[in-house]
Amino acid sequence: MNAVFYVSALIAVASTAMVIIERNAVHALLYLIVSLLAVAVIFFGLGAPFVAALEVLIYAGAIMVLFVFAMMLLNLGRAATEQERQWLKPRMWRGPGILAFILLAEVVYVLTCVGWPAPAGGVVEPRQVGAALFGPYVLGVELASLVLLAALLGAYHLGRRTPPSEGGGP
Amino acid sequence: MLELLWLVPALPFAGFLVLALFGRRLSRMGVAAVGAGSVGLSAIAAVLVDTSFLASPPAGNAWTQVLWQWVGAAGFGPQIELYLDPVSVVMSLVVSVVGFLILFYSAQFMAGDEGYNRFFCYMDLFVGSMLTLVLAGDLLLLYLGWEGVGLCSYLLIGFWYVDPANGRAARKAFIVTRIGDAAMAAGLLLLFTNLGTSEIQALMQRASQQWGAGSGFAVAAAALLLGGALGKSAQLPLQTWLPDAMAGPTPVSALIHAATMVTAGVYLIARAHVLFALAPPVQMAVAVIGAVTLLYAGFAALAQSDIKRVLAYSTISQIGYMFLALGVGAWSAAIFHLMTHAFFKSLLFLGAGVVILGLNREHNMFKMGGLRKELPGTFLTFLIAAASLSALPLVTAGFYSKDAILSSAWTSGAGSRWLWAAGLAGALLTSVYSFRMVFLTFFGELRQKPRLKPGICMVVPLATLSVLCIVGGSVQVPETLGNVRVFSDFLNVVLPPAAAHETAGTEAALQVVAGVASVLGVLVAYYLFLHRPQHVERWTATLAGARLHRLWLAGWGFDWAYDRLFVRPLVWAARANKADFIDSFSRAMAQLNVAAHAALRRTQTGHVRWYAMVIVMGGVIAIWILVL
Amino acid sequence: MVTVPVEHGLMLAGVLFALGALGVMVRRNVVFTLMCVEIMLNASGLAFVVAGWRWGQADGQVMFFFILTMAAAEVCVGLALVLQLHRRFQTLDVDAADKMRG
Repeated sequence: MNAVFYVSALIAVASTAMVIIERNAVHALLYLIVSLLAVAVIFFGLGAPFVAALEVLIYAGAIMVLFVFAMMLLNLGRAATEQERQWLKPRMWRGPGILAFILLAEVVYVLTCVGWPAPAGGVVEPRQVGAALFGPYVLGVELASLVLLAALLGAYHLGRRTPPSEGGGP
Repeated sequence: MLELLWLVPALPFAGFLVLALFGRRLSRMGVAAVGAGSVGLSAIAAVLVDTSFLASPPAGNAWTQVLWQWVGAAGFGPQIELYLDPVSVVMSLVVSVVGFLILFYSAQFMAGDEGYNRFFCYMDLFVGSMLTLVLAGDLLLLYLGWEGVGLCSYLLIGFWYVDPANGRAARKAFIVTRIGDAAMAAGLLLLFTNLGTSEIQALMQRASQQWGAGSGFAVAAAALLLGGALGKSAQLPLQTWLPDAMAGPTPVSALIHAATMVTAGVYLIARAHVLFALAPPVQMAVAVIGAVTLLYAGFAALAQSDIKRVLAYSTISQIGYMFLALGVGAWSAAIFHLMTHAFFKSLLFLGAGVVILGLNREHNMFKMGGLRKELPGTFLTFLIAAASLSALPLVTAGFYSKDAILSSAWTSGAGSRWLWAAGLAGALLTSVYSFRMVFLTFFGELRQKPRLKPGICMVVPLATLSVLCIVGGSVQVPETLGNVRVFSDFLNVVLPPAAAHETAGTEAALQVVAGVASVLGVLVAYYLFLHRPQHVERWTATLAGARLHRLWLAGWGFDWAYDRLFVRPLVWAARANKADFIDSFSRAMAQLNVAAHAALRRTQTGHVRWYAMVIVMGGVIAIWILVL
Repeated sequence: MVTVPVEHGLMLAGVLFALGALGVMVRRNVVFTLMCVEIMLNASGLAFVVAGWRWGQADGQVMFFFILTMAAAEVCVGLALVLQLHRRFQTLDVDAADKMRG
């Protein structure tokens, strides 16, 4: 069973790496979807079927599709890909690469320093998650709905096609 | 009656306030009435208080009136207290009466000047401060009066401020006396911190108990107080301001720079005589300074052509006599001379004022002459005053006071003969220069006719003062001539008497010598300046003569020396430090701020990726600090 | 289910997060930037789920739920902003909107 975890982990990391390197936007999105699916498998292995389903349905299914729609609206074309090649010179990766590496090293160091006990394991049923959500975390649920409402309104307003003469902006 | 004491300084202050606030609405007469009247009322109050004091002296020959607690800090509690003893009786009478007479005179003298109200305002403030000074029972209150008179001196010397030269003279006076004032403040602090009180009588008592004769503290405190006295009384080396102070109106010169403010130093030393007696080297210094100054000023007065400058140097010289008396321990003689000097010097100034005003502000004696027919009353009073200054024997008050000083100088301790000789030479010089002044101004040919004669406001003070010049000496007549000891007996209850004096024979001989010297001076002056003036002219034409004349005219070059020694280096230093290097520290901080801001500004590139990188950097560093 | 040591799961989350951060710092196209932000969010959600699995409680999943909701909201608004950016500057270069400098 552990092999599933490690294989999925490898796929997730590889496809994520491809996302950040890829020049074509839609290709990158597809890689991202693969990464998300791999993470969903990991969730299943960790005994979290509910969030695994959520990951696939919402993250990979809705959010990424939203990205694809946006790409379609933007209608970038081949010129964008060419431009990406120009923008992504190898020397651009040096500084950020070092920083990210240091960050990763710190995190790894912290994790290995501490002695971790064995995980409790076990599957956490969706029922339990629901009970927790509408039990102690019900306030968070309400707030989440408010956040979504705000995002809806914001996206509607920001996405409006304003007449070209207006200078001040939304 | 003694309870009215507080009115004596309060009335002039009230006059000052009224004139300062409402003076503009009053007429000329009203201003003069308030200005001179307040001092007049103060003089009446002083007379009432002092006669009551004389009639029934209070216990211990001193009376204190505490008005209120000035400062109430722990261990430091000076009070506004007025102290009346024989010395302050004499001083308050002199200041208020002479002050009133001079203000009465200025009602006419300053008529026609547009600063009329301002003049009386400042004069009232001055008289109030001076009375505070002489009546103060607390050293801090005395210092308050001290500073007040210094301020008024500045305001009044620079009264005609439109001419910048007057402003310079005023500033010079203030700055030079400030040097003395700083010494005095240091002395005051020394006394207070070591003896724990600022009340004068308590100070003197504790000083004599705690400090032995010649102790370092006593010498230091006395020397510092002497510094203050030197500044205010224009003695060497702080005398350079007084001749230039003649730029003020003549009544100012009469009141401040002849009768009252410049005698404040003498008063201070007399008040603190216990302290000076505890510091013999300082007391000797007082005598020596007095002797040297009186000779110095005598020679300088001989060469002046401005009538007021002659009188200024004469003042310096006469105060030198007072310092000489203080230095040899003849305290009451010094106060006696202070009183007679107030009479004749202010009279001289007032008479000179009449001449100056009449000749359209002409100060140069060589442009005057032959005025005795034109201004007979002025001439008579001027002559009486000059005679008193020269100490002409027997008839003038000056004779008795100067004689008291000279005989005390003869009988004093070390170096007494030299001091006496200096005093005698000074007497001769005094006679010469004062009658030179009389002859040049009132005798000879009439060069300019005076355009006005003195009115009643001027005549009354002139007459009163001349009477005082003659009879004022009768309160203290030596043994050989009548032995009236009213004055010294009065003062000797609080001031120690002078050392034992010689036999009657020696005293008489001394008096004869002094009298001869003053008469000789008159004759010399007559010969050199009236009868055969060409001798002097020929002598000043020679090289040596011209040099000496120039030296004396410039006050022995003190101004030149001070300019080279102090003024120029200071001005150079101030210019060199124009970009204030101390300021550069605070400027550097500001500039550092600006530079840091400019540097930080460059991190705001507006690029999102750069900001993201900075966030990650921050996160890395934060985790680093937390973890490692 | 799996019995992997907890730190491995968290390390995986760390690696994904670092890759996402790297992408945000490097990519100039604003859509890619948003994608990398999603990667980071997903990684942090993974960390929460691993933690919940370690304790055997539902709290980790609840946190992931909230993160997911927030990510959805953020993507909506973010893409709307991208559209506006494209309309105004005719480019998707994130460096084009640098007027807030100095």
